[in-house]
Amino acid sequence: MVLVQQEDFDVGEQYLQLAKNNNTDGAIVTFVGRVRDFNQQHSVSELYLEHYPIMTEKSLLAIVDKANTKWQLGKVTVIHRVGRLQLGDQIVFVGVTSVHRQDAFEAAQFIMDYLKTEAPFWKKETSNDEPLWVEANTSDQDARNRWKD
Amino acid sequence: MLTVLFFAQTKEVLKTDRLSIDKAYQSVGELRTDLRLRGDIWNEFLNKDKALVAVNHVLCDDDKALNTNDEVAFFPPVTGG
Repeated sequence: MVLVQQEDFDVGEQYLQLAKNNNTDGAIVTFVGRVRDFNQQHSVSELYLEHYPIMTEKSLLAIVDKANTKWQLGKVTVIHRVGRLQLGDQIVFVGVTSVHRQDAFEAAQFIMDYLKTEAPFWKKETSNDEPLWVEANTSDQDARNRWKD
Repeated sequence: MLTVLFFAQTKEVLKTDRLSIDKAYQSVGELRTDLRLRGDIWNEFLNKDKALVAVNHVLCDDDKALNTNDEVAFFPPVTGG
């Protein structure tokens, strides 16, 4: 399941949905990304997330499909928020179930690494009342490239 | 008619979010070259380093062939997550 939304999400509820009617998968890995107070050498007080509707959903679905071909996965949930967010707010949720813990761990990382380099979201941070677009990190690109065969 | 969209910083600096272009282009690269001729800011911010490109919602490179009615989007490297 892939969701792009302004509203917050409930991690407990998402975990229950992943576990529901699913006694095959012994492993559930969840990841939550949040708005932090310091990024790229400046303090952050607020964040705005822009996206490219339709392409965001499409690219997240393609990333999940790719993960499904690499690992034996049960359920996969990806939620990404857009719009105005405050310090500490949740931005992204990735939840993966699998028979094997290794598959669940790796697939969750793979999905995040691809999301950070291919899904069309852009962060604009407010620092000292001045909004600045976040620059893409080469370390994110490196993290994604390690999955290449 | 080709629809060209811009997002995030690219949209802000070009001061436009959408163009409709009634001209045939063989490839994304050809369109990019033409758009960069519109001025210094266009030249700088549509450079390959600064603007990724997607055709019909799928990331691609400049070799991608274009058809009439395609939706092309230029935007900065992504920063979600």
